[in-house]
Amino acid sequence: MATRKKSVDAVIIGYGWTGAIMAKTLTDAGLSVIALERGPARDTAPDFEYPRIIDELKHGIRGDLWQPLAKETVTIRHTSSDVASPYRQYGSFVLGTGVGGSGVHWNGQLWRASPEDLRLRSHIEQRYGKKFIPEDMTIQDYPVTFEELEPHFDHFEKVCGATGTAGNLRGTIKAGGNPFEGARSDEFPSPPLPPVYSSQLFAKAASELGYKPFPLPAANSSRAYTNPYGVRQGPCNMCGFCERFGCFLYSKASPQTTILPILVNRPNLEVRTNSYVTRILLDKSRTRATGVVYVDEGGQEVEQPADLVVLSAFQFHNVRLLLMSGVGRPYDPGTGQGVVGKNYAYQMVAGTAAFFKEDVEINPFIGAGGAGMLAIDEFNSDHFDHSAHGFIGGSVIFAGGTGGRPIAQMLIPPGAPRWGSGWKEAVKRHYRHSAIFISQGSVMSYRSRYLDLDPTYKDSHGLPLLRMTFDWHDNEYKMAAYSAARLEEIVKTMKPDSFATEMFKHGTHYDTRIYQSTHTTGGAIMGSNPSNSVINRYSQSWDVSNLFVMGASAFPQNIGYNPTGLLAGLAYFSASEIREKYLKSPRPLVDA
Amino acid sequence: MSTTSRFNRRDFLKAAAPAAIAVTQGIAPAQTLGAQDMQPQYMPVFFTGAEWAFVSAAVDRLIPADAQGPGGVEAGVPVFIDRQLDMPYGHGAYFYMQGPFHTDAPPSLGYQLQYTPRELYRLGIAAADNACKQAKGRAFSELSHPEQEQFLTTLEKGTVSLQGPPATTFFAQLLTNTREGYFADPMYGGNRGMGAWKMIGFPGARADFTNWMGQQGRAYPYGPTAINGSRS
Repeated sequence: MATRKKSVDAVIIGYGWTGAIMAKTLTDAGLSVIALERGPARDTAPDFEYPRIIDELKHGIRGDLWQPLAKETVTIRHTSSDVASPYRQYGSFVLGTGVGGSGVHWNGQLWRASPEDLRLRSHIEQRYGKKFIPEDMTIQDYPVTFEELEPHFDHFEKVCGATGTAGNLRGTIKAGGNPFEGARSDEFPSPPLPPVYSSQLFAKAASELGYKPFPLPAANSSRAYTNPYGVRQGPCNMCGFCERFGCFLYSKASPQTTILPILVNRPNLEVRTNSYVTRILLDKSRTRATGVVYVDEGGQEVEQPADLVVLSAFQFHNVRLLLMSGVGRPYDPGTGQGVVGKNYAYQMVAGTAAFFKEDVEINPFIGAGGAGMLAIDEFNSDHFDHSAHGFIGGSVIFAGGTGGRPIAQMLIPPGAPRWGSGWKEAVKRHYRHSAIFISQGSVMSYRSRYLDLDPTYKDSHGLPLLRMTFDWHDNEYKMAAYSAARLEEIVKTMKPDSFATEMFKHGTHYDTRIYQSTHTTGGAIMGSNPSNSVINRYSQSWDVSNLFVMGASAFPQNIGYNPTGLLAGLAYFSASEIREKYLKSPRPLVDA
Repeated sequence: MSTTSRFNRRDFLKAAAPAAIAVTQGIAPAQTLGAQDMQPQYMPVFFTGAEWAFVSAAVDRLIPADAQGPGGVEAGVPVFIDRQLDMPYGHGAYFYMQGPFHTDAPPSLGYQLQYTPRELYRLGIAAADNACKQAKGRAFSELSHPEQEQFLTTLEKGTVSLQGPPATTFFAQLLTNTREGYFADPMYGGNRGMGAWKMIGFPGARADFTNWMGQQGRAYPYGPTAINGSRS
């Protein structure tokens, strides 16, 4: 029998980026709020302190900051006629846990979506005709526009102390920035850090080919900075330990370095860590949430009643909890009916490693998650005419390593021995004189790619794991091949001794062993009506109007960019409407 | 490039004999060793004597001592592996270990065996030594270097069938942990004296390049530091 706690105004499930945004919004409005976080409490000190955090084995390989797969993972299969197998060891993506969530170990690459990404189906139909979209591709428009989200993108960049160079300032194209970005209302709050050497080589080559390289928008602070909430950051020193690590310098934006410090002493907020939510409770009508059930630190089941429930866990967990709680109709790939679990998507990444002469000093260990990188955006979104290419989507192409961690980030030519003296010779020869250049591409959504509950495998509480049914499609093979070819042209222009491209060739299956990206999306998508989506434009459940679902689970299909900027923009957009409209009169904010 | 190992096989075999409980890590030829290079004796906590002989010999072939830089054994990689296997990692604590196990799943769905890393080593070493004894009449550690390299190649390519875990899986585990031990911080038992970091030019836990952002393209001049603050 669950212990029943005193009812509160709002309960937040998951205390990462969007949980922090919503906790601030709701406590600002005077609500009593409980935030439930499945993982431990974490903060810069003592959890990310130098030098203990600079430990590749502990954090970069074993993943002590990641969600322990021993307790919960997902199962994966390529088609719905296969039996799914558990994702037993980390490979393709790394999941966060604990206070700050994946916002602790992310790189800080802080992109906005392109305007056309948000009205993708309409845009493609208008420009290329309806037949350009394959029959089984289930892409759809976001029910919100770039212009509506722009003030929230801008605000989040200021919260993060983002660095970059504006490319489109209020409609004026600016030299040095991304000329393909949607119009921004303001400059970046901080200037970019200097490009690392591999970025400089990339920029020179890309410019020779007529492209317009620009500093990758980064939530790695370039200077002492105070954000709009009064939280302070320090300048990044390019230590090379962003990705997979917490930041010891208060430079990488995370919930801890941007929002949480102002929430710590709020009397109307209580954060309960090691609290694993197992169900959202519904009333008899199943149209209203009455609270949540969770398992506390001591293993006891606790019921937390609340008037408002915010589901702000990682994308996978949002979808799983909706399915386990019976919120919304599960998606059926046979009929295409139902919505929960629909439109799971991912990203397809290709990398070209370049091997230079020994007098080219790359110093690969000098780097940051986003700062110091340069990108081009000519081949992303619909920034180029796709009509001759026969695919939808594209890739952002960028340079500048996140670090030179020798276990995981060692580059040697493909022909080099994998062990023995020949391997040693290769690592010694190439470590300081090699660099990797990346194209990170969008993945569209398809009728046969979805998430549901696994019938066999359970988590450590005996609850069903989430099951992913996913594989690549022709559209993505074509997209990646096209992007990788552009990337290779740039690398060739640098005239390295040799180069090698790693990519998924046509017909190869999604491989869970190889790190691609942690940008998993969809499953609780937003849309224009209850038949095509789980949530409305304000991230409010169509079925349960006092439930809001945050995060990349809302994306109807994926983009080539990193997702944090977009999902934070959607969260602030939702927060604004909740504050201005919902709290005054709780009700469906969009008529079904 | 030198492919000649400084490894002294006779001394090693003596040290790694199954009867020896405490075995020696100082295995470079005595004539090149100063007193300061002598490593303290290490007593394996997980591996048996026979297993220790296998792992030490295998690591010595995967990362031989040569003119490029330290060999895996002198860097302490077998110590690293032994310690890792005694930690939660070795017991599979980082992995989802619930069945059923679809051992026939496509390789692209990742590791699907029921073995923890400890079990993989225990069963894999026994099976590999058994395969060597059947083929050559001797355990792996007693084979010549070319024979050992040939056998490791058959494990890597899966052209030998083990009575235990798949050869390729066992080899991949061994190679992965060997590289980890070679390049991880020395506190884990490998990368002694940060020798592997010095060889490639990685500055370890310095993690501060404030004054090098504007000097890109020039070689970074400082040697590595370890997490415990030691320098080299």
